[in-house]
Amino acid sequence: MQEVTEKKEFTPTIVAFCCNWCSYAGADLAGSSRLTYPANVKIIRVPCSCRVNPSFVLKAFQQGADGVILCGCHPGDCHYVTGNYYTRRRMALLYSFLNYMGIEKDRTCIEWVSAAEGAKFAAVMNDFVKKVTDLGENKRLTDLRVKEGE
Amino acid sequence: MKDVELKMLERAKALLEGGEVARVIGWKKGDFCYDVSPASFETVEELDGFVYNWFCGANLSKYLIEMSKKEGKTAVFLKPCDTYSFNQLVKEHRIKRENVYVIAVECLGKLDAEKIKAKGISLITDVEVVDKDVKVTSAYGVETLYKPDVVLTKCETCQKTHQVKDEEIILHERPERDVDRFAEVAKLEAMTEEERFAFWRSQLSKCIRCNACRNVCPACSCVKCVFDNPASGIAAKANDSDFEESMFHIIRAFHVAGRCTDCGECSRVCPQNIPLHLLNRKFIKDIDNFYGEYQAGETAEGKTPLTSYTEGDIEAKDVFNGEAK
Repeated sequence: MQEVTEKKEFTPTIVAFCCNWCSYAGADLAGSSRLTYPANVKIIRVPCSCRVNPSFVLKAFQQGADGVILCGCHPGDCHYVTGNYYTRRRMALLYSFLNYMGIEKDRTCIEWVSAAEGAKFAAVMNDFVKKVTDLGENKRLTDLRVKEGE
Repeated sequence: MKDVELKMLERAKALLEGGEVARVIGWKKGDFCYDVSPASFETVEELDGFVYNWFCGANLSKYLIEMSKKEGKTAVFLKPCDTYSFNQLVKEHRIKRENVYVIAVECLGKLDAEKIKAKGISLITDVEVVDKDVKVTSAYGVETLYKPDVVLTKCETCQKTHQVKDEEIILHERPERDVDRFAEVAKLEAMTEEERFAFWRSQLSKCIRCNACRNVCPACSCVKCVFDNPASGIAAKANDSDFEESMFHIIRAFHVAGRCTDCGECSRVCPQNIPLHLLNRKFIKDIDNFYGEYQAGETAEGKTPLTSYTEGDIEAKDVFNGEAK
């Protein structure tokens, strides 16, 4: 029998929550400007970054995400005026807390990307995917039942 | 402690007899001196079972959610730490303040029966505390223990004072002290990510999901909660993955972030001795660092840190860079 020596390269699963008014449009611009960012970034469109409940982030990790990034309008530019100010407090506390629980700090990220910043969107995603790839698979905050058999 | 108990009993009797209150909430004797439980007394005769001793650690403020809805006033005995929870619940419109008569009672730190038993003393019949000596009378004789060794974990770092009172029963002043309640959190923060993960995994994997921490928590008293819904599929099932306890405790800690008064009841009731207060204290420490000192329950007004903001708040990515204010 032939032994399989080829090692499967690790490609992380990234969940990106993007607000409808800025970052999602920014992603659109990145696409129409022919900028590349990794295909393993799964974008979830939300009406406002403030819509993201901390349990969404946890659920993403539970279901096998290796990194979670949250993108919204720049503070002060929120379509709903104050939404992202609340997001900022909430996520600062959540990310700090997850790190306290032993989750690597580079697995969580929050970036402000406006609709005009297609290039920034691509750069942010490339950078984040690289960081998470270096970290490897998320094993600390995942439900073993969702992992494929090895 | 006996003198305080008599004074409390006297007041409870007077209030009930005078018809000023319809019921008194306090602690009831159990089979042993250490298994006291919270109770509501509606008549003078019922007060026979009334007790206030070194084991009355339970926080009574949560019972007022239901009791303050009843007809007539409710008198309640609150220790310093309980008054914070009381204020927080008034702030959240869960307790009707006008229906409650708060009697502030002294507390010099409560004892943990489990810690005494762990010293090898069983069949405890009586406990007497003189300064820092705890004289435990058991079926096997009298033994003297060092008080800081056997107080409840929540009392170890308590510096709280009464925040609300209609009258007070304080016969002994508690000495001022200076302790850092965040020392243990800081110790964990100084560890590496792997060590922290190993610590929490070993602690949280002990969780049997009895929900005692949720049931006792004054902040955890939403009208609707997924854990009250038997159809949710969450209750009564075996854990398939270690992840589940972590998820439960992370979400619970986040739900009470900015509202937790650090009363320490979660750790007190945990049958598995998980240091749950260290989860809540991390949030309190972070909130203090990032957004300025804040103590939930200090007043019954104002906004909580998570329902307010400033334009110059710290960015989430700076949280790890030590750039906190």
